[in-house]
Amino acid sequence: MSSPLLVRGGRLPSGERAEILAVDGRIAAIGSGFATEGAERLDAAGKLVAPALVDLGVFAIDPSAARAGGIAHAALMPDQSLPLDDAALIERAAGAGGPGLTVHPLAAATRGLGGQELAELGLMHAAGARAAATGREAIGSAAVMRRVLAYAASFDLPVVVHAEDPTLAEGAVATAGETATRLGLPAAPAVAEALIVARDLLLAEETGARVHFRQLTTARAFALMREAKARGLPVTCGITPAHLLLSDIAVTGFRSFAHLSPPLRDEADRQAARAALADGTVDVLSSGHDPRGPEAKRLPFAESSSGAAGAATLLALSWLLVRDGLIGPERLFELLARNPARILGLDAGELRVGGRADLIVVDPDAPWRIDERTLPGLAGNTPFDGLPVQGKAVTLVKNGVLVG
Amino acid sequence: MPADAPRHLLGIAGLQPHQIMRILDEAERWADARDARAEPLLAGLTQINAFFEPSTRTLLSFEIAGKRLGADVVNMHAAGSSVTKGETLIDTAVTLNAMRADVLVIRHGSSGAVGLIADKVGCPVLNAGDGSHEHPTQALLDALTIRRRKGALAGLRVAICGDLLHSRVARSNILLLTAMAAEVRVAAPATLLPAALKAMGVAAFTDMDEAIEGADVVMMLRVQRERMAGGLIPSPREYHAFWGLTRERLARAAPDALVMHPGPMNRGVEIASSVADDPERSAITEQVAMGVAVRMACLDLLTRDQRAGGAS
Repeated sequence: MSSPLLVRGGRLPSGERAEILAVDGRIAAIGSGFATEGAERLDAAGKLVAPALVDLGVFAIDPSAARAGGIAHAALMPDQSLPLDDAALIERAAGAGGPGLTVHPLAAATRGLGGQELAELGLMHAAGARAAATGREAIGSAAVMRRVLAYAASFDLPVVVHAEDPTLAEGAVATAGETATRLGLPAAPAVAEALIVARDLLLAEETGARVHFRQLTTARAFALMREAKARGLPVTCGITPAHLLLSDIAVTGFRSFAHLSPPLRDEADRQAARAALADGTVDVLSSGHDPRGPEAKRLPFAESSSGAAGAATLLALSWLLVRDGLIGPERLFELLARNPARILGLDAGELRVGGRADLIVVDPDAPWRIDERTLPGLAGNTPFDGLPVQGKAVTLVKNGVLVG
Repeated sequence: MPADAPRHLLGIAGLQPHQIMRILDEAERWADARDARAEPLLAGLTQINAFFEPSTRTLLSFEIAGKRLGADVVNMHAAGSSVTKGETLIDTAVTLNAMRADVLVIRHGSSGAVGLIADKVGCPVLNAGDGSHEHPTQALLDALTIRRRKGALAGLRVAICGDLLHSRVARSNILLLTAMAAEVRVAAPATLLPAALKAMGVAAFTDMDEAIEGADVVMMLRVQRERMAGGLIPSPREYHAFWGLTRERLARAAPDALVMHPGPMNRGVEIASSVADDPERSAITEQVAMGVAVRMACLDLLTRDQRAGGAS
């Protein structure tokens, strides 16, 4: 049992000044003037005190990158060297995080992520899986997807979906548009995303399943989401900072660090994504953390692996959206912590009395430069190499204990 | 090196109009020369032609161009070499660099691959075709051919017809011709027409008859057999009926329209033999001759620096 911890002098995302008292790993009180003899004190003067981030959908367990980004919970995609389609694999992955990071493995929706046979969702759920996921690709067969959703719904297990029609996306490494045309890159039309969204929204409605589209990036997909939410469907969607801050122009010069999945979209879709973030259509901001070494990235663009390291930069890049005036700090931490925690059913992501004391002290003004060579974590494959940013999680408190 | 010349020739996209003019002017010098060997400008220099994709015509053209200038030309047929045994392209580039070539001519099946190699080597790199991206010497030789027949490029109406989606020849030609103020129209089946060609300053048509209306130059592209099997085109027969260059169709172009094709031709598919073999209209064999001249000019221009400072 740890000693009580008093976080003093900081402001909450709401702007309110408050002290937070953590006792036995939980938030015992939020307010001021606590009598706290014997409590450890954490000075947050001039800083922001916020819930530690909950990163919904990473591809690697990467504690040092997570620590740099202020992430205390990471939902691990099932796309591992052994796909997470077995209860034993779920249990093993769940134990791999370390003191500062809880890993929540997502169950492969289909065996071997093959998109054909149902995986043992019930057993994996019992082993601790908080959601099922289609993996890096959408399930091509509507029949299989319908079974996955119906079956997952019977365990009240949300399904995390990758929204790109696999028949259109096959072989494509970019979104169809001016950049792909100029560079001569294999491209898929942007509508590949909305096709899956439309299909899976209909199937979700029919089966009663909870569906979370991990990353939506196109105007048409957001329009479908707005309509579905207006009808009260239990559906949510996320996006990464990269798709909000960059368009496909970033691919120019065959920059494989900008090779993402789904691909960076054209400027009109990027603007639609920012509008969807501002109007509440988007529920989750996540890193999509996918660290890749040079052997996967120093290749001709079409042969390079997709994905970017994003955990270490998640907070700072997201903070750019606050600086741009697109969203306020409170909404930011809903996107980064509260909403993903709710989707996964975690006791995390919020600063509330009785809740788990997972929090970060953020210096929102701390300037630093994103550098692929020194980025904390397994690899530095970021499309933001060289970008000056502000915002650092200077302290992470996990279960009421100072982690660093 | 001439002050405004680029270090590599990776694409037309990196060239200014005056640089294009310069290459064409230099190429003129070799275009009519009976015995180009009289000027062994590249004597003592090693030119490596590294072709990661099979090629006969382009490789031969670069080899002849280098030899006419007196270079020691080495061909590396990388298709079927260590490259296919798992060595990365970067490793291959480093190896080539260690061989101390004075100029590298590279063809690769992946868009952007030649630029990736160029970043890793210390000598000039000439792109001999990378994926569906660029094939700059083809566009330059086409421009030289057109200029010699028509006098200038500006103001001409050029129709480019065929597989625009996969063609690096088309991309380089569109960039070059629009930069030189020609009017470019393209025609292709909808399945072979990229989404955003308009942004490259061309008018796109699926109706070839419309596209070649009044054209001063009709440039045909090769259709790969595998595209026809891949479901992008129903059949060679249907392709020929709607997008093949026949005598009847050519009648819609200007009366003195020039017919071009980068070769090798699929006779009876994208072009009818009666058109391809018409000496009045077809510039196809002239294109081959201009190819050597343009490549000599490029090799010469890109290696001037080394020659001035002594071979490295």
